[in-house]
Amino acid sequence: MRRARIPTAIGVLAGLGLLLFLLPLAGLIVRAPWNQALVELTDPTTTTALGLSIFCSLTATAIALVLGIPLAMILARTRGTLRNVLRALTTLPMVLPPVVGGVALLLAFGRRGLVGSLLYQALGIQIPFTTAAAVMAETFVAMPFLVIAVEAGLRSLDHRYEEAARSLGAGYWRVLTRVTLPLLRPAIFSGAVLCWARALGEFGATITFAGNFPGRTQTVPIAVYLALETKPEAAITLSLILLVVSAAILVGMRGRWLGAL
Amino acid sequence: MAMFMLAALAGCGRGDCLECNVPKMPTPLTIFAASSLKPAFDKLGEVARERQAAAPTFNYAGTQTLVSQLVQGAPGDVFASADTAHMTQLQTAGLISGQPTLFAHNKLEIAVAKGNPKGIHTLADLARPDLVVVLADQSVPAGKYAQQALAKAGVTVRPASYEQQVTGVLSKVALGEADAGIVYVSDIVTSGHVDGIAIPEAQNVIADYPIAVLKQSHAPGPAEDFISLILSAEGQAILRAAGFEGA
Repeated sequence: MRRARIPTAIGVLAGLGLLLFLLPLAGLIVRAPWNQALVELTDPTTTTALGLSIFCSLTATAIALVLGIPLAMILARTRGTLRNVLRALTTLPMVLPPVVGGVALLLAFGRRGLVGSLLYQALGIQIPFTTAAAVMAETFVAMPFLVIAVEAGLRSLDHRYEEAARSLGAGYWRVLTRVTLPLLRPAIFSGAVLCWARALGEFGATITFAGNFPGRTQTVPIAVYLALETKPEAAITLSLILLVVSAAILVGMRGRWLGAL
Repeated sequence: MAMFMLAALAGCGRGDCLECNVPKMPTPLTIFAASSLKPAFDKLGEVARERQAAAPTFNYAGTQTLVSQLVQGAPGDVFASADTAHMTQLQTAGLISGQPTLFAHNKLEIAVAKGNPKGIHTLADLARPDLVVVLADQSVPAGKYAQQALAKAGVTVRPASYEQQVTGVLSKVALGEADAGIVYVSDIVTSGHVDGIAIPEAQNVIADYPIAVLKQSHAPGPAEDFISLILSAEGQAILRAAGFEGA
């Protein structure tokens, strides 16, 4: 079967859309001080921030998987008003300016926050300014991407497979782990990738809730922002490094987990 | 044509409107000002509007952000900086018309929670291990000044965070997440949510605030007039009420 030819107008619009992504990237590449890139890459500030960024974003993605998949399952089951309310709550972090999200996290988990004050008084635990806070901020901002993707996957799932497994005597957990989750793999994967990418680039909520301290809460986006003020060349190099690392991880994961997809 | 209209507007703004038959139209001005100046400059803007001398709009951000915006070609008429170093940077880049004028000074103070529950009285107290201290990052003028003050006092602080702007320090103290932070006196005066602990002259750092007209300005006359308003007795009183020291 021959596919219909794509009209020129669509091609032109797609090209313009692509340019919007390509030109800033070209700007970074053209202006990058390439001779300094290696020096910058071995700079302890860079390596520390990069390591922290990778650790925090992967941890945030792992937490999002553990909490987000069940949340998506509940969302996919509900209907009507309840569903709309739950949906709105879940997508709130996507529409909230990240800095506002950071303030909200402080008001909930800070020393004087709703939950944070109890933690602080009872156990002396203080969340802000710790790596845990950076992970929480990233999870808060990034998890909706995973939930939305998995929910969409669940809704378009052919439930006859689950029914068949159940009629053959499989229990709930067996159906979930042997039928539902494997069928959802593409949705979970794309959701996890979106979630991870959002977590990796997170800036506003992190600096507001977790602050900025090298090795503890200074992730690459924050290091880039601060470097932009004092040494722009370093900021450009750092941005490119983040770009290359994330592209490498994405390509690597794709080949390994998804095969042909 | 556009040039002619701008020239006409600039002429009217200066007040010599005798030849114009149209009613006096305030000249739009874009003022790039350090974020610490916001409370004072908002008031000064109102005064200028009331007198129909100019219609200023303000772009407030960290001085370093303003400098990068201007270097990248952002349009503006006046630049008010929180330190002389950034003003010099713009002068070297050839973006400043004439000589900058110092119009205000600011000092540092320790911001603490209302009522000072942790009993913080000196910079040396900030080294106490039971305190959560936040400072501005060294890339921000306030952070640079804070380090200078701590060095003068011979105090080593282990901060929980280096915030990317002074307001970050202020809000963390105001929200109770940090016990103390070093900010400008003007921040404490206008915040109202924190108390200030004075730092002795010998350890304090004076921040100089220079202002200048940008070379690219289409209305250098009204821009100069706005700077004169800031330097006038009335302007200086507004700055002092916002916690600054006069020029």
